[in-house]
Amino acid sequence: MKSLKFFGLGSVMALLLVSGCKPKGTETAVTGDAAERVYVAPGKYDEYYNFVSGGFNGQVNVYGLPSGRLLKVLPVFSQNPENGYGYSEETKPMLETSHGFIPWDDQHHLSLSQTNGEVDGRWLFANANNTPRVARLDLKTFKTVEILEIPNSAGNHSSPFLTENTEYVVAGTRFAVPTDDQSGDVPIESFKSNFKGVLSFIGIDKQSGEMDLSFQIEAPGINFDLSHAGKKKSGDWFFFSCYNSEKANTLLEVNASQNDKDFIMAVNWKKAAELVKAGKGRKVTTEYAHNKFDESTHTATSTMKKEVIVLSVEDMKDAMFMIPCPKSPHGCDVDPTGEYIVGSGKLAALIPVFSFDKMIKAIADKNFAGEFDGVKVIKYEAALHGEVQKPGLGPLHTEFDGKGNAYTSMFVSSEVVKWNIKDLKVLDRQPTFYSVGHLMIPGGDSAKPFGKYLVAYNKITKDRYLPTGPELAQSAQLYDISGDKMKLLLDFPTFGEPHYAQALPGDMLKDQVKFFRIEDNKHPYATKGEAESKVVREGNKVHVYMTSIRSHFAPDNIEGIRVGDEVYFHVTNLEQDWDIPHGFAIKGAQNAELLIMPGETCTLKWMPKKPGMYPMYCTDFCSALHQEMQGYVRVSPAGSNTPLIYSLNNKKDNAQSPVKAGETK
Amino acid sequence: MKNNSLKKITRIALVFCGCALIVSIFVPLWSIYLTAPQYPEGLAMYLWPNKITGEYEIINGLNHYIGMKTIQPEDFWEFKVLPYALAFFALLCFLTALFNRKLWLFITLVLFLIFGVAFMVDFWLWEYDYGHDLDPTAPIVVPGMSYQPPLLGYKQLLNFGAYSYPNVGGGIMFGVALILAILAWVEYRKTSAT
Ligand SMILES: [Cu+2]
Repeated sequence: MKSLKFFGLGSVMALLLVSGCKPKGTETAVTGDAAERVYVAPGKYDEYYNFVSGGFNGQVNVYGLPSGRLLKVLPVFSQNPENGYGYSEETKPMLETSHGFIPWDDQHHLSLSQTNGEVDGRWLFANANNTPRVARLDLKTFKTVEILEIPNSAGNHSSPFLTENTEYVVAGTRFAVPTDDQSGDVPIESFKSNFKGVLSFIGIDKQSGEMDLSFQIEAPGINFDLSHAGKKKSGDWFFFSCYNSEKANTLLEVNASQNDKDFIMAVNWKKAAELVKAGKGRKVTTEYAHNKFDESTHTATSTMKKEVIVLSVEDMKDAMFMIPCPKSPHGCDVDPTGEYIVGSGKLAALIPVFSFDKMIKAIADKNFAGEFDGVKVIKYEAALHGEVQKPGLGPLHTEFDGKGNAYTSMFVSSEVVKWNIKDLKVLDRQPTFYSVGHLMIPGGDSAKPFGKYLVAYNKITKDRYLPTGPELAQSAQLYDISGDKMKLLLDFPTFGEPHYAQALPGDMLKDQVKFFRIEDNKHPYATKGEAESKVVREGNKVHVYMTSIRSHFAPDNIEGIRVGDEVYFHVTNLEQDWDIPHGFAIKGAQNAELLIMPGETCTLKWMPKKPGMYPMYCTDFCSALHQEMQGYVRVSPAGSNTPLIYSLNNKKDNAQSPVKAGETK
Repeated sequence: MKNNSLKKITRIALVFCGCALIVSIFVPLWSIYLTAPQYPEGLAMYLWPNKITGEYEIINGLNHYIGMKTIQPEDFWEFKVLPYALAFFALLCFLTALFNRKLWLFITLVLFLIFGVAFMVDFWLWEYDYGHDLDPTAPIVVPGMSYQPPLLGYKQLLNFGAYSYPNVGGGIMFGVALILAILAWVEYRKTSAT
């Protein structure tokens, strides 16, 4: 037997030598018309928006498909000096948490809102892994408008996945932790008794999209990895992949890989919601921030919430079940019909596919193999539709094309594998470059995939682009999946580390906001016309009611600021025209600049440290006279009595005399 | 006596003209469109009998570079008069049809033509004023350049292409003038034939 293996290896080596020593690169994998297929001529739009998670940069990147052009970087969980997000007084509350201000996170997964299981182009939900949070972005403005912190959780990984009518967004904890009302100050040794895996169900208001932490389920203390809601017939259910059923707490790479099977956990969220309505569950005292951005005041507020309802395993005994799943399942994906649930055991040499109908039947027949921490375990074979044999190495995630095919990313063997959901036969495999993690088909996790392109998001890019020192960009690769065989069309670099992504047709997002109407600006410090511009001193706080319009600020010169003052520049962009933001920057500012959208008001806090003359200017080249859009702030020593004066549209007045006296309150 | 009365068709046409003129009070008279490389979507401005709509605020913002006065609806005394003028001509059409006199038809035609010409001249004078009365301290001064938009048709003004043409109301005014002229001609020929 051994000699046979050697023989096999030897022949592979010989083949490699004959074929030029090196595996084939993409140069040969790309077919002739690839360039044509991804070329979007100047003046033409891409077909799809592709929203790609930024991983450790905490942002969301928007690409056009098929061109792979970067359209926009949306700040969500990270401060962004480009536009002052998280630095301006209005947006600082967005990053408040029960741990205080947190200016970064690790953003992994995205979900587009759905109606009847189909993407509807209203909102985009994003998770923060590190300090558990879920964000909602409004696709009319491409702005982050809401961030909700998740209590009783750590490592918000199986999130933010949505039910088919956007009733709930889920946030499953990756780390089992003691709940917030139990002190976390316990020995790690007590893991098995003290640590719980909490799943959060965040209700979403149908009209406004506003999130509200409706209830949580205190599941056994295992690690929840990924999830997906069912759809159509399985629409009442949520499925979570779980690892570390061993409940190990050290050297997990070995100790959490002992059991041959971990679980997919099935939760009937509709029943859970009914249980909560019926008064089940205990009220857990905790603390979590709910941050909202009001588009009329252009201002975010942060409120701290104190309580959450938690259902126990006991409450959920008829609404929560475990399905054994081989070897540390990662992706947990439901096909467009809602019948098949694909678990990807990342250490398994096969892909198990479960049947929803069989699962329901097994529950009805009480076809259980036992219990895990009080949760009934359905027999593996009873729920299994079948296994995809020899799909490749390291299956992670699966998306669907809506034509009965599934596509699974293979991390270890660096490839995408296409297989038929019904007969589980492998149909095609294409290499990726290299080490693919997530993959995405526009609408590929919905009831209606668009099925034209597939994008693989790879972890490693060496030799793909011009080298950039020890750190290289991650890469995305675009495949045409409209035919029988996948065709590699393009690769393009992505920033941060891409995880899950979503995409939708460009024409779905047609009625976007082009500017904010100045009449609707309810910001308490808005200045709705130049004549209203003023400077007001309140003790050591100075409020500058400033306007910007092509190509000047009003006021453009201010004197009488003292060291020790807190100066608030409330800048209102008076433009009522698409794509005319103005910037605002001042020398020595320790936070950031502002980038103010037309009709919006933003506030920069500035605390000058020493006397001097401080220029301020517009940072966005707004017009031919952009460079003239500037002014000065004179800072005098603390305690000096330089009068507070400012100049306002001092036209043709080349003299230095300012024209107005500031108010003092 | 008979000679002095109008054909039935003429009277119907007069009632039609009167109705059309009433409609013209409530629709835009004229459109001005501006396009530029950085405004691929274009900027539109509509002159109604009593107001200006469209993106004239944005146009004002752009015009300040060349020192053009801002367009303010309250500056136009015409907005206080035009709706009544149009109503007057509508009434005149109805009365002509009612009184059934050729002389009235000829008077209506002449008055309306005078009104139409005056309207166009007035419009042209406004355009001349906006295009020529420029702030000498404007940021951009191109020697010898004026920015008078076209009365009708297209004109290139620096980086902007300016289009000017009648909207529904303007079309009605031209149409009514034409119909009145034809009616007057037909009725005049009827007179000379007998
Ligand atoms: Cu500017």
